[in-house]
Amino acid sequence: MAAAFSTQELMIIASAREIQDGEVVFVGMRLPITAFGVARLTHAPNAVGLFECGILRNEPAKDMLYTMSDPPNQQDAAWCTGTAQVMGLLQGGQVDAGFIGGAEIDRFGNINTSYIGGHRQMKTKLPGSGGAADIAAMSKRLLAIMNHEPHRLVRRVGYVTSPGGLDGGTSRRKAGLAWGGTAAVITDRAILKPHGEEGELHLFSVHPGHTADEIKAHTGWELKDHPLLAPTPEPSALEMDALHAIDKDGFWRS
Amino acid sequence: MKSKLVSLKEAVRDVIKDGDRVVIGAGLEHAIPFAVTFELIRQGKRNLDLIAPISDASADMLIGAGCASSVTGAWVGNVSGGLGHNYRRAMEQSIPHPLKVNDFSNFSLAMALMAGAYGMPFVPVRSLLGSDITQSNPDHRLLQNPLSDESDPVVLVKPLLPDVAVFSVPRSDIFGNAHHWGSLGVTQEAGLAARKVILLADEIVDTSIISSDPNRVLFPGFKVVAVVHEPAGQYPSPLTGCWRRDNAFFNDYHQHSRQRDGYLSWLDEWVLSLPDHASLRAKLGGRLSDLRIKGQAFSAPANFASA
Repeated sequence: MAAAFSTQELMIIASAREIQDGEVVFVGMRLPITAFGVARLTHAPNAVGLFECGILRNEPAKDMLYTMSDPPNQQDAAWCTGTAQVMGLLQGGQVDAGFIGGAEIDRFGNINTSYIGGHRQMKTKLPGSGGAADIAAMSKRLLAIMNHEPHRLVRRVGYVTSPGGLDGGTSRRKAGLAWGGTAAVITDRAILKPHGEEGELHLFSVHPGHTADEIKAHTGWELKDHPLLAPTPEPSALEMDALHAIDKDGFWRS
Repeated sequence: MKSKLVSLKEAVRDVIKDGDRVVIGAGLEHAIPFAVTFELIRQGKRNLDLIAPISDASADMLIGAGCASSVTGAWVGNVSGGLGHNYRRAMEQSIPHPLKVNDFSNFSLAMALMAGAYGMPFVPVRSLLGSDITQSNPDHRLLQNPLSDESDPVVLVKPLLPDVAVFSVPRSDIFGNAHHWGSLGVTQEAGLAARKVILLADEIVDTSIISSDPNRVLFPGFKVVAVVHEPAGQYPSPLTGCWRRDNAFFNDYHQHSRQRDGYLSWLDEWVLSLPDHASLRAKLGGRLSDLRIKGQAFSAPANFASA
């Protein structure tokens, strides 16, 4: 029997499974940084982590990080450098996957972290891109992490901070983005993946304790089933052991 | 050579003018010169353009205090709490007054500073293709790559020329020759692009220490107009090898700044009622000494001998 797990732990492990061995990954903070550690300890011992403050790590940091610039992320780093260098690698097509979060995502995977309501008729000012626009444009695969609520998963975002499939179909390529796009959206209820000619996000897997109907009711567009729709596999004992080895204080357990 | 050593008060008073474009927080979450943030507020500087890729809570504090009329950067908030409450109040309700934002991504800001540093008329990037940042900030221009015969959209980024850049460094000599280590963010580009640089040095060392490892110098000492010896000048942000981050301070600021009144009383307690940074160190007492990095993980020396 699999060990008990929290929603956040499940999201971390689902994120870890998206990292392949040997890949170069823009890690980001919070859940993805732990997911990178789990992936390293399980199926991806040769994955490399990049941080936009200018850090490259082969080994995950030994202590808990509150920001990517914290001293434990600096000590024993494989490379300490500048933002231009690590994001230059990204623009050069040398980064396999990148994680970002967001306040609002639409059915083509475009993410808004700047202006709710758009920049001309802003209702709410959000912090902005940080490196998210760059990671979305230039990673080979974009992995988004979101809370699954109808006002967050919307038909069309009011402002594209970070491009996913733009207007769907070939529009991303026509905009000049030669590669990349949304590979998976990992939420607290489900995993969505693009499917079909338009590349619209479809329901790919349903987390334990949730139903497809409930997930669709919490999505701001008519969410269709992915042909491979299945339950999200529960964390294995190996994955949970790896997670507990990193999250010693149980930060993600509740 | 003449010493550039001055007090924090003098550096801020004499180098940073109302209306200046100022880089504060080039290191992302790392090495943010908060002592200058606090002193700008105490001196009541006005109409600053705050330049930083992400500034953690520094820009939010300056906005709430009425020091800024614009922000040029990729992200404004509080890394511990998420949203920046003063930033939202200024953008949504013009409190304490209206604020303009010049949207960038981290990479496009690095490239704008690089263009400024090296005298380039612009830098072409692909990184902002598809993003509405090219719509909301006209300093990014979308056009066809003139060197390609095929359809190849690129985004030109206009150079950024800050008046002043401020950095926290672990060590500097009195002439502004300094060592930086750990992650650098856009420190090198900002230091080279700015007309004037202020350094907050955790430690003042002899010039021979700096010249023993010239690869750890990011920009020439002649860019530096003021050196301030200010231990923990980056507090509450971290500084590699010197100080850990005070996460509780950021959380506490996030809670208090939720409402305007709460922010104003926070500001009074932590900035306005303290005459200088030494008073903040004294007020923090053991809380600050607990953040001092006491471990040792020295790099191996590199041999620069010539014969």
